[in-house]
Amino acid sequence: MRVVLDRVSYHHGPLHVLDAVSFTVEPGERVALIGPSGCGKSTLLSLAGGLEAQQRGAISLEGPPSAECLNPLTFVFQDFALLPWRSVAGNVALALEHHGLSAGERKARVDYVLGLTGLSEFASAFPKQLSGGMRQRVGIARAIAVKPAVLLMDEPLSALDAQTRELLMEDLLQIWRRERTTTLYVTHNLAEALRLADRVVVLSRRPAQVKHILTIPIPVAERTAPQHAPALQQLQVELWNAIKLEASTAERELQHV
Amino acid sequence: MSEAPLRPVPFRAAAFDSKPRRWAALIAGGVVLASWELASSSGLLPALFMPAPHAVLRALGELIADGRLFAHLSASLQRIVFGWILGSAAGTAVGFAMGLFGLVRAVGLPLTAAFFPIPKIALLPLFILWFGIGEPSKLATIGFGVFFPSVISALTAVEQVPRSLVRMAQSFGVPAWSIVRTVILPGALPGILAGFRISSSIALILVVAAEMIGAQRGIGAFVLAAGNLMQTDQLIAGVLVLSGLGLVISWLIGRAERRLLRWR
Repeated sequence: MRVVLDRVSYHHGPLHVLDAVSFTVEPGERVALIGPSGCGKSTLLSLAGGLEAQQRGAISLEGPPSAECLNPLTFVFQDFALLPWRSVAGNVALALEHHGLSAGERKARVDYVLGLTGLSEFASAFPKQLSGGMRQRVGIARAIAVKPAVLLMDEPLSALDAQTRELLMEDLLQIWRRERTTTLYVTHNLAEALRLADRVVVLSRRPAQVKHILTIPIPVAERTAPQHAPALQQLQVELWNAIKLEASTAERELQHV
Repeated sequence: MSEAPLRPVPFRAAAFDSKPRRWAALIAGGVVLASWELASSSGLLPALFMPAPHAVLRALGELIADGRLFAHLSASLQRIVFGWILGSAAGTAVGFAMGLFGLVRAVGLPLTAAFFPIPKIALLPLFILWFGIGEPSKLATIGFGVFFPSVISALTAVEQVPRSLVRMAQSFGVPAWSIVRTVILPGALPGILAGFRISSSIALILVVAAEMIGAQRGIGAFVLAAGNLMQTDQLIAGVLVLSGLGLVISWLIGRAERRLLRWR
């Protein structure tokens, strides 16, 4: 499924957040969205997922979702958003409960995604019994259980420590290889964007516009290979140069809010 | 390397230690009882105004033996249970609705702010005029007294359900009423149960006050009558029963919390 953002603008009260943002996410593509703090990355994701009402411009989907898809636009949240009173399996099942699936079908989907994310042994555990990384695995399992056409990931790894982040990035790549889900991925971490995305969209400070779009020419599977390290380092410098002045200006602006 | 002598790092965080010490409560209770008994037996506390603990226990034993305690306690319990169920069920439902719907909140909030500060026992004469001197006026006083704290605790509990959980459910296309059932209600339950603790204490206070004003039976009526007859040992026994009743109610709510909020 293709996602088309066409001159999307957004005001939050007197605050002009987004200004004519346009880009597309091709079917099966992973696009990372980066920009200075407070520039409206998460707002754009919420608009794309229908959690904020669109004001100006248009966000459209092209092409039908697969027959198994229960929720075309599916989020993975930064704070995991797990129900603390439900078990791991119960949290995943929540996403499946209102789509007319039989109990057997629901259980099969829950078992499949828990297996995929390495959570089968923790099906009956409560979120408070899990580490941050495990909690986010539950968030990812819940998202892929509905076979989404588009995954909208809002800084999914930013609440995790560096080691857990590395492990979860590997897992995400494996899941993507298998599911080939179109993904829009918000992050503030340039290395993360360069590791996971096919393209990186750089937003300017508020009101955010598309400042730069970078296509990463190295296949995702080869990005940890030592021979690509200099090229990736060069791309990271390019991204940082695109964002540096915007980030420092935005930082000063935020201090004066 | 320096030749200066090594010094161990001292532990400096001993103050404000919150380690539980149950034995301290037992010892403190024992000291209070022993001092009381000593002061009474030495004549420091006149028996007419403050009888000794053993005299209070004896009076309590007599009340149990002759069945008066059961009669008074069952009358009070019936009033507490019916009045509290009536007031807290209605208040929780209204507070929940205020948390969910802006219009109900807009109407309910000023009314709650206006009625909440009224000492509810002041309304008992009005309820007696409306409902007569019998049970309905006492139940109305307890129910009305419990209603507004229940409204406020349910409203606060709904407001404290993380918005991110509601958005998560919306993002998965969960229908609105299912969000209420699967997200908001369980999320608000800790706050609602905490409100039950407060409203049950209010019910206990109001039942005693209502029984002192117009009842033949009930712990409040019994305590008042004992005071009028200068039967101080029975009066204090009645107060102890009230304290025990409060502890039992608190224990029951604690049990409910442990059962319903295992996930915490």
